[in-house]
Amino acid sequence: MKTNNKEPLFHVVRRDDMSRKKAWTIRGIALVAALIVCALITTALTGDNPLSVYATIVSGAFGSNRKTWVTFQNLSVLLIISLALTPAFRMKFWNCGGEGQVLIGGLASAATMILLDGKLPNVLVIIIMITSSILAGAIWGLIPALFKAIWNTNETLSTLMMNYIATQLVAFYTVVWENPKGSGKIGIINQNSCVGWLPEIGNKYFLSVLVAIVITVILYIYLYYGKHGYEVCVVGESERTARYVGIKVEKVIIRTMVLSGALCGVAGLLLVGGINHTITTTIAGGQGFTAIMVAWLAKFNPITMIFTSFLIIFLDRGAGEIATVFELNKSFSDIITGIILFFIIGCEFFISYKVVFNSKNAKEERK
Amino acid sequence: MSETKKETAISVRDLSKSFGHVHANTHVTMDLYKGEILALLGENGSGKTTLMNMLAGIYYPDEGQIFVNGKEVSIRSPKDAFNNGIGMVHQHFKLIDVLTAAENIILGEEGKLDIKSACAKIREICDKYGFDVDPNKKIFNMSVSEKQTVEIVKVLYRGADILILDEPTAVLTPQETEKLFAVMRNMRSDGKAIIIITHKLNEVKEISDRVAILRQGEYIGDMITANTNAQEMTNMMVGRQVVLNIERPQPLEAPKKRLVVEGVTVVDEEGVTKLKDISFDVESGQILGIAGISGCGQKELLEAIAGLQPVQSGSIRYINDDGTQEELIGMDPQKITQMGVALSFVPEDRLGMGLVGNMDLAENMMLRSFRDNNTPFTDRKKPHDLAEKIVDTLDVKTPGIDTPVRKLSGGNVQKVLVGREIANSPSVLMTAYAVRGLDINSSYTIYDLINMQKIKGVAVIFVGEDLDVLLQISDRILVLCDGQVSGIIDGKTADKNTVGMMMTKLGGEDKNED
Repeated sequence: MKTNNKEPLFHVVRRDDMSRKKAWTIRGIALVAALIVCALITTALTGDNPLSVYATIVSGAFGSNRKTWVTFQNLSVLLIISLALTPAFRMKFWNCGGEGQVLIGGLASAATMILLDGKLPNVLVIIIMITSSILAGAIWGLIPALFKAIWNTNETLSTLMMNYIATQLVAFYTVVWENPKGSGKIGIINQNSCVGWLPEIGNKYFLSVLVAIVITVILYIYLYYGKHGYEVCVVGESERTARYVGIKVEKVIIRTMVLSGALCGVAGLLLVGGINHTITTTIAGGQGFTAIMVAWLAKFNPITMIFTSFLIIFLDRGAGEIATVFELNKSFSDIITGIILFFIIGCEFFISYKVVFNSKNAKEERK
Repeated sequence: MSETKKETAISVRDLSKSFGHVHANTHVTMDLYKGEILALLGENGSGKTTLMNMLAGIYYPDEGQIFVNGKEVSIRSPKDAFNNGIGMVHQHFKLIDVLTAAENIILGEEGKLDIKSACAKIREICDKYGFDVDPNKKIFNMSVSEKQTVEIVKVLYRGADILILDEPTAVLTPQETEKLFAVMRNMRSDGKAIIIITHKLNEVKEISDRVAILRQGEYIGDMITANTNAQEMTNMMVGRQVVLNIERPQPLEAPKKRLVVEGVTVVDEEGVTKLKDISFDVESGQILGIAGISGCGQKELLEAIAGLQPVQSGSIRYINDDGTQEELIGMDPQKITQMGVALSFVPEDRLGMGLVGNMDLAENMMLRSFRDNNTPFTDRKKPHDLAEKIVDTLDVKTPGIDTPVRKLSGGNVQKVLVGREIANSPSVLMTAYAVRGLDINSSYTIYDLINMQKIKGVAVIFVGEDLDVLLQISDRILVLCDGQVSGIIDGKTADKNTVGMMMTKLGGEDKNED
């Protein structure tokens, strides 16, 4: 019988849990490696000095007071959406409907602002806005949850389909509430009366940041110290075990998705009532999907999520800036973002596994 | 048997393998000779399966050498293992349900697909060693023992001279085990070398020529089976003197009725009657053993009592200390606990149902207790303490309380589960296959635990596979046959033959359980 006696060059071994310090060192190395590769590619393709490109990325995100605040505001919105998906994801309920849930929450806000303008005092309008957008998001989460709980349908499909319904609803009401007529968009709502504009705290950016901080803290406690959070985890890990210890799986699925949708509704509220004061079909800007990546990168930990959403927003803002400053195509900034994400996600492999080389030298080293 | 004249089939020298900080095998040196059956013994987590997986190409060793027929080889994949004539039958079968036996056997073979000649070759192998396999039967129509036979034939079909069987008898009835041993003897006389992993010492005595023992990843030594006994083997495995007998202690208080089951009938979703008109009662401070061939309704019976299985007719009443009765049928499991009716249930597949693999020990303890306080928050201190206590008292081998349960070996997982269920201080304790897959030392720890519960006045329902154990531990034995009560007999006077007869009296030779 033919046998091959050559040792394999290397084999992959699962690691024990690595110390945090070491894991962060690896992530740091990955980031540096990513920057070096980006620099090489930048120089090779554009001839620009990579250092000045990096400087531009930083200044794109933090170049001025206003830029810094916008970065933090964007960060907050993405963080809220990511946090919203987190409870569902911990339950292994793949909520891909963040986009639609944000949009429908925003639509509820816009509707309240438009329909109640001049009919009720501003304070009441804002209270109704908050309630209605949270409710709208919750309903958008509830529907796929019901399907899952009752008929065990695939939640990925149903949540995705709910996105289209939300988009079409917004498109429909854009026609209904068109302003000015013939413009094909809603325009700034209540531009003169400012009814339904969420109050500014300090400056017009800080409100979102504050809401994000509050949600992060509360959600962290909810998930890690609450009974609900524990049930979510058990259901996610094993439905049979959950039933065996008497957890009502359907109830947990519905409750968690209502929470997930409601938090997305908050993001919609902030986007419409606090930031843009108008609504378009693209107001969520794909963040419902970006948030999926943010949540996964953070391994569904709300605190880590602050950093992962920062990374995404920072790259996004910085890459946009180099596209304009160096007159490069937008695709170039996408390449840079892609390379950096590749390294950051790829390094997780080296945190979970180690590669053992089988040369004789390596063997002696191990001893 | 004179080993010195024998040719070695496999020699292992200084083989080491670790997973992170856990040293599964450290410098194992072992020989396997042609034409012998070697029993590999060791406690749960002693590294038997890891060692075998290295021979079968599942894992690659960190250090050390493997020699097959005297030549050093490097086994990087199951394919390499096959090329070296090594075939392993795993504890969990690796077969495709919708394909036939023959299709499964030739799966992965290179060259032209020729089912006909494959079938002929399969029949030839079957005739040679005394297997009983229909090559054209689909896997999903097969019983557990048939599936196992297919696995063994698959290995032989590919020309293996060295067979590794990982706990092959754990899923077999005594009769099936006999059949398996008969073909193993045939293979041995054909000059094949066989390694068998098992926890059942009587089987070791019956089938093996030589015993090799691993303890905590290290090779302790080997013995000629004929020259040793269960006591010596156990002592070597555990590393100290172990007492091997099960007591039948008396409870502190006189037994009284705790649970009355009357006329319970269970029909499953497909309309098959799983239990038919079952009636019996369970007394406090007594152990009611349940005997029966697997799949004859034990699982459904326990699940019906625990509220996990809908019941068509009949009643299950719990009798409080003051004599009042409460009907359990129709209540959900949580309510059964809330009412003060404590049922502890060790499900057949421990990990799938009783525990959450990705959660750590403390979090798994919480499964039972997390609702206990009135705040929206969980109490993490008590479960943590309980986990520590269980690790201590049951000697659970784990790197720490915060280790995910799935990283523990089978026996330790079971200790965690049984420990938690007992900590619930139940008044009725149901255990199904509490020692399935456990090594002898852990098994006796579990028996002791169950007996301690009995002394405290707990009514115990004990579903077991091993008749010897069942006869020793039970006060009464309920024999199930095909979903019906075949009889209830006194454990002190019952003998193995009677129980065995009662197990098969109603259902006959129907072994199509899965």
